[in-house]
Amino acid sequence: MDFLTLIQILDSSVRLAIPLLFACLAGLFSERAGIFDIGLEGKMLMAAFFSAAVAALTGNVWIGCLAGIGSAVSLSAIHGIASITFRGNQLISGVAINFLAAGLTVLVAEAWFSQGGRTPSLSGFGENARFNGITLPFAEQAAEGGMLGQVYSELISGHSILVYVGFLTVPLTWYLLFRTRFGLRLRAVGENPAAVDTAGVSVVTLRFAAVGICGVLCGLAGAYLSTGLQAGFVKDMSSGRGFIALAALIFAKWRPWYALAACLLFGFLQALSLRPDAVERITQMDVPGQLLDALPYILTVVILAGFVGKAIPPRAGGEPYVKER
Amino acid sequence: MDVMPKWADALLIPLISIIIAFAISAGVIVAIGEDPVEAIRLMIAGTFGRSDGIGFMLFYATNFMFTGLAVAVAFHARMFNIGGEGQAALGGLGVALVLLSVPWPHWSIALLAAIIGGAAFGAGWAAVPAYLQAKRGSHIVITTIMFNFIASALLVYMLVEVLKPAGSMDPASARFGEAVALPRLSEILGVVGIEFSPAAPVNVSFFVALLACFLVWLLIWRTRLGYEIRAFGHSETAALYAGISPTKIIIVAMLISGALAGMMAINSVMANGRLVLNSVEGAGFIGIAVALMGRSHPLGVFLAALLFGFLVQGGAELDFWTNIPRELIVVIQALVILFTGALDNMVRMPLERLFLMFRRNTPDEGTSAPNPTAQAGE
Repeated sequence: MDFLTLIQILDSSVRLAIPLLFACLAGLFSERAGIFDIGLEGKMLMAAFFSAAVAALTGNVWIGCLAGIGSAVSLSAIHGIASITFRGNQLISGVAINFLAAGLTVLVAEAWFSQGGRTPSLSGFGENARFNGITLPFAEQAAEGGMLGQVYSELISGHSILVYVGFLTVPLTWYLLFRTRFGLRLRAVGENPAAVDTAGVSVVTLRFAAVGICGVLCGLAGAYLSTGLQAGFVKDMSSGRGFIALAALIFAKWRPWYALAACLLFGFLQALSLRPDAVERITQMDVPGQLLDALPYILTVVILAGFVGKAIPPRAGGEPYVKER
Repeated sequence: MDVMPKWADALLIPLISIIIAFAISAGVIVAIGEDPVEAIRLMIAGTFGRSDGIGFMLFYATNFMFTGLAVAVAFHARMFNIGGEGQAALGGLGVALVLLSVPWPHWSIALLAAIIGGAAFGAGWAAVPAYLQAKRGSHIVITTIMFNFIASALLVYMLVEVLKPAGSMDPASARFGEAVALPRLSEILGVVGIEFSPAAPVNVSFFVALLACFLVWLLIWRTRLGYEIRAFGHSETAALYAGISPTKIIIVAMLISGALAGMMAINSVMANGRLVLNSVEGAGFIGIAVALMGRSHPLGVFLAALLFGFLVQGGAELDFWTNIPRELIVVIQALVILFTGALDNMVRMPLERLFLMFRRNTPDEGTSAPNPTAQAGE
């Protein structure tokens, strides 16, 4: 396999890893604060639709992106009200949010555009209707300059702004969680909320803040999906990415840098399943594409089983906090 | 705990939750510019106006009874089995393999074998998450979600690479043959002289599902195992103290749950004549709504399954006649799960306050002494 093919596969790994990364970090905030979130998938899907729909209606992808974030945050609010205010079952609430998004997106898409549950392709709405690739300085000259130049021009340059934002979110998340007072409290509320309460800090506020950040990041994941990776919304376009992100979160043992690594790995697997020809040439075997599709899930089950390092979730995860017991 | 009478807990709360869910659904229909009253009229006319409408409703309800019971049994052991979708898909594989491997002489023997095949494959698919939960503490919700995706990949592989007859283009198994075709309700009712549309796919599996409802009731409330499952579900520490093995209960409850989900395939695969991709069509997930709405009681599951059967059939009518896509049913399903499951306390808290107020006005009527521990507890 030649070098350029490898670079191309890595390039599409990066593109495919970004929605996983946003969603994974979203889950990280929520679960570190003790709120399980299996509704990442639904929030991503909802944001994907509203980003593409509003971008198509206004011709401006930034307004679309904001609308996407808004829609994901409102689903987060439902999750927060159900699991924090009314101390309901967080898993059941997550399941409900996934279905709510799956149904509402098609319903609204049909009402607004009448195209069988999709938005029109964003390529017909002008330059600004989607996130376009940014060519970094000297990328064209670098393409001539050997292997390192190709890495720069093909792999590092040419992505949309959200890709670079995604990579920046990782150190930002790490800093926020591990180097600020807010982060310390947020992590504490996921481990021992009673202690945080005793210290006079509101558990409810902290958890709502975490769920809100989770919504914003899911919004970015969805916006990238429909306006960066693809040009428009199609029904069920998140296709399990929210659950792969959840898998990556467990794989990363709830840590930001590991999350980046896990998402890149899972993005790489997705990229490979799009290039069966390359896989066949490397392995000299007929690897079924379905195996590559299922690999993230299989790896997660192996990790969960504790055969390869134990994944220990935040201790108070999934339990509603009851004051004054 | 004893703030409310039993009937309010079992009937009033779910009823109010469902009314809220449906009121919001009506709001959604208004918001997309359609008429909810007209929509309901169409749904009812499309289901109860013709006998094949009823037939389709019962066909869907059969699926939902199996998956609803599956989720309900796991709920009794306080486990959330989201894997019904994957377990039902594997059940379909089991049924297909059983029917394709032996030339069955008569549908009745084939049905028994198919039930065993579907149940075994469904239970097998639930066994790994169950074992990991019981022995290694891996969260059952996450593992069953992962197993849903692994199941769908496995099923694609099996259909495309193994089961697809040579020369065929679409990913589906060979036909099972005429001998194992399940008798439809029209044929069964024809024996006693009642006319019923032969076009409707509802078949003898419906009665198997009814039997399953009864057997699950028997299991949960009339056997030692059922008692142990419920005891474990109420309090793991108390169950452990009483000598009940958590490992055994987790694994057995999940095996029963997976088997019930897998048995759905006699309706969705055997009666269909061949195994196709996506034969489950989300029934595994609707089972969650059905179990929550039916409060994990077989009778409740039966009624909720009928309601969802009506919704799916009515939704297909709406899709056909109006601009409301069938995804409306997914929205209703989501709202039912949200209000009967996650937002249960939102309805319960004010209602409890109401009952307390009522009770304070008539102090002599309360027979039970005030219970301080109930106050200090949850």
